[in-house]
Amino acid sequence: MTLQGMACIEARGLRKAFGATIALDGINLRIEEGRILGLVGPNGAGKTTALNAILGLTSYQGELKVLGRDPWTERDQLMRDVCFIADVAILPRWLRVSQALDYVAGVHPRFDRVKAEGFLAKTNIRNASRVRELSKGMVTQLHLALVMAIDARLLVLDEPTLGLDILYRKQFYDSLLNDYFDRNRTIVIATHQVDEIQHVLTDVMFINRGRIVLNCSMEEVESRYVELMVRPEELAAARALRPLHQRQALGRTILLFDGVDRQQLAGLGDLRTPSVADLFVAVLADKPGDKPGNQVGQALGNYEGAAR
Amino acid sequence: MNTQSDAMPESFDAQRVAPAVPSPTRPLYWSVRRELWEYRSIYIAPLAVAGVALFSFTISIIAGIWERPLRFDPGTPQKSFDMAAGLLMLTGIIVSAFYCVDALHGERRDRSILFWKSLPVSDITTVLSKASIPLVILPLLTFAITIAVQWMMLLVSSVVVLVSGQSVAMLWTNLSFFQMSLLLLYHLLTAHALWPAPIYCWLLLVSGWARRAPFLWAVLPLVVIAGVENLAFHTWHFAALVGGRFIGDAPTISSTGPDMFPTNPMTHITPGHFLSSPGLWIGLAVAAAFLAAAVRLRRYQGPI
Repeated sequence: MTLQGMACIEARGLRKAFGATIALDGINLRIEEGRILGLVGPNGAGKTTALNAILGLTSYQGELKVLGRDPWTERDQLMRDVCFIADVAILPRWLRVSQALDYVAGVHPRFDRVKAEGFLAKTNIRNASRVRELSKGMVTQLHLALVMAIDARLLVLDEPTLGLDILYRKQFYDSLLNDYFDRNRTIVIATHQVDEIQHVLTDVMFINRGRIVLNCSMEEVESRYVELMVRPEELAAARALRPLHQRQALGRTILLFDGVDRQQLAGLGDLRTPSVADLFVAVLADKPGDKPGNQVGQALGNYEGAAR
Repeated sequence: MNTQSDAMPESFDAQRVAPAVPSPTRPLYWSVRRELWEYRSIYIAPLAVAGVALFSFTISIIAGIWERPLRFDPGTPQKSFDMAAGLLMLTGIIVSAFYCVDALHGERRDRSILFWKSLPVSDITTVLSKASIPLVILPLLTFAITIAVQWMMLLVSSVVVLVSGQSVAMLWTNLSFFQMSLLLLYHLLTAHALWPAPIYCWLLLVSGWARRAPFLWAVLPLVVIAGVENLAFHTWHFAALVGGRFIGDAPTISSTGPDMFPTNPMTHITPGHFLSSPGLWIGLAVAAAFLAAAVRLRRYQGPI
């Protein structure tokens, strides 16, 4: 068994339909161990369905192996190695913090209670509190403390910081990176707030209408894609190089190129690596290069707003 | 600290070897405890009824020292003890029914099913832990609480009998406490656990299936079947069957006279007859089928 190249999640022709709606349209993917993958897509793109399939929460057609197991038929064994935080608070409101610790310690062979108590000691959460008495941020902290004390190989996060203020969100990802992540673990994060987590990701995957539209490592993003803030007089020349997407910002035109030599572009304006959010808008825009950037930008803002 | 390249294979090996198969009873044990945390009425309701019963009995028996119609007769003490046991049995039935209707519905309603499913506990363990509440936990709990209440009633009545100058010996000889307790345990485990098992498992199944109003979905089909039967054949066999199961009207004793309470030491228990009655085994088979369906269903179910 080799360490490098061992697939944590492997799917071939993964399909799921709810009646006439196709949530997953034949997805092929392979996520290696030790990666932090950002799963990005508009609402209804199939992110949650994909994660549910990986977690054994939904049936599917096609082939799917998570850590070598079939999640649908072997969910309970798989959950010894997989942890999961969903988009909304799923800890039952009647549960006491001490009961949560007792229960997880009772059923999970890989739960380190001392570690969980250590994480909780850094928060304002008291052992005797019930979940219903905690604020939304504290519930997330509690769930994270439980999950980080489990020696799992795959952690799946579906909008884990939805509705939290920026302090909690930052703290969440900081502790995940500093106290949890190592190269034996894999983390899959589905989120809309992609700008906030872009620096923690090693890989990014865009998903739209049940299909993967982009799947590459962050290094690849940096080497392949470049944004050019073009000087007005060079606009025609820049457009001739077939930009993927075009938008306006502060009165200047910004063009996004895929696989165009940086040397060639350097003379036309200022270059920079696009943010994942900008790249997402560019890749998902229906007619690349045609659409006024502001509208697409607004659309992105809209669906982020709608999710909250 | 090791260098990372050295440390990795080690920890990796450790991860590969470490997952010693945990004993399967451990998740079951903790799942049952979890049910008791969530549904505290399982023990609060019988305790409250026990407290009220004991209180009323004490008031009545003390008043009986002066009030002739309320006077406690040490010659026939059985009736008060049966009454307390009967009240607690009724409480157990009501708590069981309400628990079962909510058990697999509540976790979907509050989305906590996603949390429970994120832990290495199988659907079969979860469903069995929930079924054990009406079938094992509540009968045993009812037994323990009833015995405790009856002991205290015996204590109170002994004191009162002593104070009012009657013979305590008569009270104690007329009340065969040990026999009464054994009969109670037998009655609870047969007539209140095995016999109504298909009813409770049906309620659990509907609780895991219905998107809303599980109580309605559980009761309505039964009412419709009974109504159709009555309209078509002018009989009430189905209603009698379900009702008899529910209240624990099982062939566990040879005869039930008008005053013959199941824990009356004069009753003649017939475990052989009960265990060989096809009704019991048909009922258990139906219960097992309902549970199997509930286990299968839970795999497909998510938050509602």
